[in-house]
Amino acid sequence: MAELSYRDAVAAAIAQEMERDQRVVFLGEDVGAAGGVFKTTVGLLERFGPRRVRDTPISELAILGAAMGAAMTGLRPIAEIMFSDFLACCWDYVANEISKLRYMTNGQFTMPLVIRTANGAGSRFGAQHSQSVENWAMAIPGIKVVAPSTPADVKGLLAASIRDPDPVLFFEHKSLMATKGEVPAGEHVEALGQAKVLRRGDDITVVALAAMVPRALEAAQVLASRHGLSATVIDLRSLVPLDTRTILAETARTGRLFTVEENPRLCGWGAEISSIVTEECFYDLDQPVVRITTPHIPLPSADALEDAVIPSIQRIVDEIVRTAGSGGKA
Amino acid sequence: MSSATARHAPEAAPSPATRLALYKSMIELRYCEKRAYDLFLQNLIKGTSHLALGQEAIAAGYGVAMEAGDYTFCTYRGHHHTLARGASMVGVLGELMGRQCGLLAGKGGSMHLTSVDHGVMGSYAIVGSHLPIAVGAAWSAQYRGTDQVAVAFFGDGTTNIGAFHEALNLAVVWKLPVVFVCENNLYMEYTPIAAVTAVEHPAADRACAYGLESIIVDGNDVEAVYRVALDTLGRARSGEGPSLVECKTYRHSGHSRADPAKYRPPGELQAWLERDPVPGYRQRLVADGVPAATLEEIEREAATRVDQATEVCKASPPPSVETAFTDLWADGGNAWRN
Repeated sequence: MAELSYRDAVAAAIAQEMERDQRVVFLGEDVGAAGGVFKTTVGLLERFGPRRVRDTPISELAILGAAMGAAMTGLRPIAEIMFSDFLACCWDYVANEISKLRYMTNGQFTMPLVIRTANGAGSRFGAQHSQSVENWAMAIPGIKVVAPSTPADVKGLLAASIRDPDPVLFFEHKSLMATKGEVPAGEHVEALGQAKVLRRGDDITVVALAAMVPRALEAAQVLASRHGLSATVIDLRSLVPLDTRTILAETARTGRLFTVEENPRLCGWGAEISSIVTEECFYDLDQPVVRITTPHIPLPSADALEDAVIPSIQRIVDEIVRTAGSGGKA
Repeated sequence: MSSATARHAPEAAPSPATRLALYKSMIELRYCEKRAYDLFLQNLIKGTSHLALGQEAIAAGYGVAMEAGDYTFCTYRGHHHTLARGASMVGVLGELMGRQCGLLAGKGGSMHLTSVDHGVMGSYAIVGSHLPIAVGAAWSAQYRGTDQVAVAFFGDGTTNIGAFHEALNLAVVWKLPVVFVCENNLYMEYTPIAAVTAVEHPAADRACAYGLESIIVDGNDVEAVYRVALDTLGRARSGEGPSLVECKTYRHSGHSRADPAKYRPPGELQAWLERDPVPGYRQRLVADGVPAATLEEIEREAATRVDQATEVCKASPPPSVETAFTDLWADGGNAWRN
């Protein structure tokens, strides 16, 4: 094991895969010489050279289009879109091209590419550089959606995404970049589509993603120590494929499900999970599924405002206690 | 037409065999496209379709000039380009008819014709989207050290969309083996391109913005197109980077099935029909001494192939419903959850 930061785990995963497979190439804005605006790709240009690590112009259409054309013809490109908000500039490639070509051509192509992007709030960047857009991606058939919460998962899931024969949209959370954690030494690859149960409790189940995972874990500690509620916390890790088996099993066991979502309210990923749970384990539920989300508003910039709207530890605790009560299962 | 092609176009006429290949390709494209139109009228083709009658010389000129490993990227008006690389008429007409024998087993339709085995890397129905994708294929060829060239065909309307400019810039900066071929048929869809474009020649006048030579060719002259194709493909193959070619042409029918093209000024269609590339080339070959019997034989064979393909398609069943659920993912399935 070695301690790595979340941001360093990105470069570690890319380096691991570029070392292993000559077909892996990497392109994006300021990713090479500058090492990425979040310093997630420092050292890759020096190590693998400008043939494999390519700085591009500010041309999101060209970045994703080029990655797609390369993936169709034998390479395994990694494309960086600097901020996930900018995916809106090249959404055609996500929604219409990359995700659909294999299906439309009845399997004539595979599309082994990864789109990496910095997602989420916490940096006071305002409404066009802070969004959590994972639910946009989840709505599109044909693209996998991954969002890690720890350095180990960054490395393991990014490596898995690069090896995956299908396109993956990989969300790196801006507010987690500096966090550190143990990462297995040597080659590290996780499986896509497996949620992780981070702690197991008997009273409630909390499902979270990316930056909401550490908040859910802290909230679980508060619930245990101050409210006598014992919580299971699940890190979803990927929205597509979705590990419904783990969610359903834990929800059925605890009888209460809470989602903690950074995406805005309407059609956030928790809505789909709520729907699945309601259809498939309704009679195991002791109360309605409760979604704790960012309100349906653009994100404000001021720290006081941003902090007020993103689900906080306090708000997670309050919502759970308000609906589930204190002192364990009724 | 501008003389901008002169610098690179070899003046020597193509060989007799090549000339017959060009004519044969144009005849096949013309007959097959006319059949597609007939099948529409018989309601055997549903949905929409974008015919390219009148634009055969561009697909044929490039199709004959391209090498087997080269990549073709088409628009939704892509029947010609798909056939010109050797994809079967059964595959094309079958796809238009929504039959199991279609190139895409009915999952793509007229606007998405693809045949990887023939280098046809897809037909794209979002205007301009395939230009950056062709850039990526060219980047891949460069990276892998092959001598493959990617060719992206697109309409005049594409020159006003962002992807066109992003693709050209990146292709030049990375010096990629890609050829951008604009088929300027004077109308973006229903609107004359001149009414909505800042420059007279929508592609060629933009070339200088990317340090490229302005190349304009008579898109109804198959030999002129063929010469420019050889030249631009050769430059790409030898590492000299991308080219942007503007072919002046005209589509004989409307934008799509829904468009009767009533916006065209009186006489315009007639004037262009007189410059129809297919009979025009036939006259030229005959004048140059090619026996009429040789051309008639090509025409008979093409007509027979179209008839036979039509019958095969009519006899082909619709795709099984299960087909709708296959090949979203590389494992062949469509699962999004466990």
